[in-house]
Amino acid sequence: MTAKISPRDHDRDGEKLQGEALHFRLEKTWSREPGLWGWLSTTDHKEIGRRYIVTAMIFLALGGLVSLLMRLQLASPESGLISAQRYNELFTMHGTTMMFLFAVPVMEAIAIYILPLMLGTRNIAFPRLNAFSYWAYLSGGILLWAAFLLNIGPDAGWFSYVPLAGPEFSPGKRTDIWAQMVTFTEIAALAVSVEIVATILKLRAPGMTLARMPIFAWAMLVVSLMTIFSMPSVTLASGFLLSDRLVGTHFYNQYEYGDALLWQHLFWFFGHPEVYIIFLPAAGFVSEIVQTFSRRPTFGYTAIVLAIVAIGLLAFGLWVHHMFATGLPRVGYSFYTAASMTVAIPSGIQIFCWIATMWDGRPRFQVPLLYVVGFVITFVLGGLTGVMLASVPLDLQLHDTYFVVAHFHYVLVGGSVFPLLGAVTYWFPKFTGRMMSERLGQATFWLLFGGFQLAFAPMHLSGLMGMPRRVYTYPEGMGWDLTNLLSTIGAFIVALAVLMFVVNALLSMKRGQAAGANPWDAPGLEWATGSPPPVYNFPHIPVVTSRTPLWDNRAKLPVMTGLRVDEREQLLTTVIDARPDLREPSPIPTIWPFVASLALAALFVSSMFTPWAVVIGTPPLAAALVAWFWPKSPDVTPEPVIE
Amino acid sequence: MIPQPRFAGDLSTLKTHAFGHRSMTWWGVIAFFLIEGTAFAMAFAAYFFLMNLEQGWPPPDFRPPGLVAGTLFTLLILLSEIPNTMLKHAAEKGQLRKVRRLLLLMVGLAVAMLVLRAFEFASLNVWWSDNAYGSIVWALLLLHAAHFATDWVDTVVLAGVMHTRHGQEGRKFVDVAENAMYWRFVWLTWLPIYVMIYWIPRWAS
Repeated sequence: MTAKISPRDHDRDGEKLQGEALHFRLEKTWSREPGLWGWLSTTDHKEIGRRYIVTAMIFLALGGLVSLLMRLQLASPESGLISAQRYNELFTMHGTTMMFLFAVPVMEAIAIYILPLMLGTRNIAFPRLNAFSYWAYLSGGILLWAAFLLNIGPDAGWFSYVPLAGPEFSPGKRTDIWAQMVTFTEIAALAVSVEIVATILKLRAPGMTLARMPIFAWAMLVVSLMTIFSMPSVTLASGFLLSDRLVGTHFYNQYEYGDALLWQHLFWFFGHPEVYIIFLPAAGFVSEIVQTFSRRPTFGYTAIVLAIVAIGLLAFGLWVHHMFATGLPRVGYSFYTAASMTVAIPSGIQIFCWIATMWDGRPRFQVPLLYVVGFVITFVLGGLTGVMLASVPLDLQLHDTYFVVAHFHYVLVGGSVFPLLGAVTYWFPKFTGRMMSERLGQATFWLLFGGFQLAFAPMHLSGLMGMPRRVYTYPEGMGWDLTNLLSTIGAFIVALAVLMFVVNALLSMKRGQAAGANPWDAPGLEWATGSPPPVYNFPHIPVVTSRTPLWDNRAKLPVMTGLRVDEREQLLTTVIDARPDLREPSPIPTIWPFVASLALAALFVSSMFTPWAVVIGTPPLAAALVAWFWPKSPDVTPEPVIE
Repeated sequence: MIPQPRFAGDLSTLKTHAFGHRSMTWWGVIAFFLIEGTAFAMAFAAYFFLMNLEQGWPPPDFRPPGLVAGTLFTLLILLSEIPNTMLKHAAEKGQLRKVRRLLLLMVGLAVAMLVLRAFEFASLNVWWSDNAYGSIVWALLLLHAAHFATDWVDTVVLAGVMHTRHGQEGRKFVDVAENAMYWRFVWLTWLPIYVMIYWIPRWAS
């Protein structure tokens, strides 16, 4: 039913062009080339988001395997399974992989896939930058793990403290590899943050005012701004570390009036916000899941949003609590103790709002909501030990013990991994078109929840009894034997549960029940299109009049029409009110972001061996970037619209 | 079940480009300001942190950097704001010929400044490997040099694009205008660095 279109005009969607005919046209415009070239060139946020998710999950598995090796070694006292040096590498790889290659990227990955759908737009902002960020991230991950397999993996811990990580005590390339991996992943994370901020502020569906935005979008907006304000610090820190190691600067060398504490300040100015960069997206997942499965709009929307913003701000005032044991002025102790305790307040407000939503709703305890319940319990326990550790006298006793290990696994695994698995289960039908098995999912949840508590609860006791973290073994008779054995058994149960989750996902992808567009009867725009969505996301741009558009427009969804179908055109809306403002093109696929990432990787890797690599490596990188930005369309046709 | 559409408005008459915060480019540039601004702020913090620990600033037996190259650079980069503002206005009015001329002028001015920047490195009177003071002074100058060179390449590419037939597209004028905004950020970040490299060592010694 293609309408007759004036040759003077461009084809646009609308009453005359909809349904199958529109699908055919839009698909042609938004599809990429088939084959390897097209695969490397793609700018589709869904394709890149899927890659990011799968890659991050592979790193989760690798980081998990490493932790199993550590737990095997610690299962019994004076075990000779793993040498001290190898053990140093293992805990460094575990922390580094989990923080830099799994936790932050996986949250961004979900946002890359789901946010443009949630906001009702056709692609993410700066999609080529998105492609580039993925390749940069992958390069960093490959660098780290290839080095580990070649027996030159880093061994100075995930926060790589100087002077241990400096040139005197860590000769060789291990720490350089760690530092360059940081540079790769920070470039990727910063790029994604820019895209997310721009997408949220400029590409929202008409009518989706800031006050109607899904809470997940709020969380990602705050997280992206936090990334922008914190990650340059660690990039600078690792740059200084590399230059101390490679060209003889003295930033951290106390003999030439540098200072090791400069590293700790720069690192934790990033490292503490990082914790919330990992937690706040999870808070977004929880809000979306609680709303859908309680069948009621989120209770206290404004309070939750303000809490997210408050956590984002407070996160920058907490970094020194990682440095209580370094000796600080008294007023420093008091300030950072107070700030660390204060952050419990907005966190508590969020938890109460979620509980209230469930209380007042009609909750369906399906797998995603189970993960939320597991999250609430575990995160609150971790939060309580956090308040304990904020107190300086106690922190000085427990610093660098297993009590701290227990604390941060409760907040990070409980606060992020549980909601993440809930979110993957929740959006799995959107990603694949099929449901994950509910029965297997429930069994997985209970096994994971129980296994987690068994693995990490005894660590509180190990720590209280004085067991330091990062020791490769311990003597008999310290009273740590039983707690360690229990932790090891728990860790293997967790591993089994994660394996079951993966099996469930793989089986369901092939044989799961077909999902349809909105299998959970959820209210967000991502459920207003097919599962999986077509390459162009929405045939017409949806219009939003409330926070729960699909619940409030059950019969018909209002849409706006008139975007071109022969070009990749996107609607830009105003920042606060989301009024339609401009039509701008979304960049077409190109190989150059991939080429630029190769040039970047060549530069970074070779610069570990000679500073001249920066001089030689920059022109190819610059050339690739210029080719990326150079206009691609061969014909310039100003379109016949009223300008 | 995908909900049926109810047609509620037409977007076809919206403009395809606009300047400032209405365009996507502007938001990208602002985000990069924030990233680079944060990196500079942390480097400034490191400067004062290290200053607190050194025995002197500059340390004994070192002279403060020579003033000539850095001061000339500063004067020139401040003066460059005049053609830069003209360029921004010309881009916003879509005056192609003026934009082309001014872009070339900006490229040329930046080349002169790059030469001065090379002399700045030569007049620091300290090596990065001498002490922590030398390390941070070199780091500040190098960070800004990288920042400067990035925008210079960007300007060169834009000058090239505006001399092709793509120069007639409205969105390219937006790119020129936002690049001019970026240039302001380049010289704004320079001013504190100029004081930190050249003057604080004089005041503190």
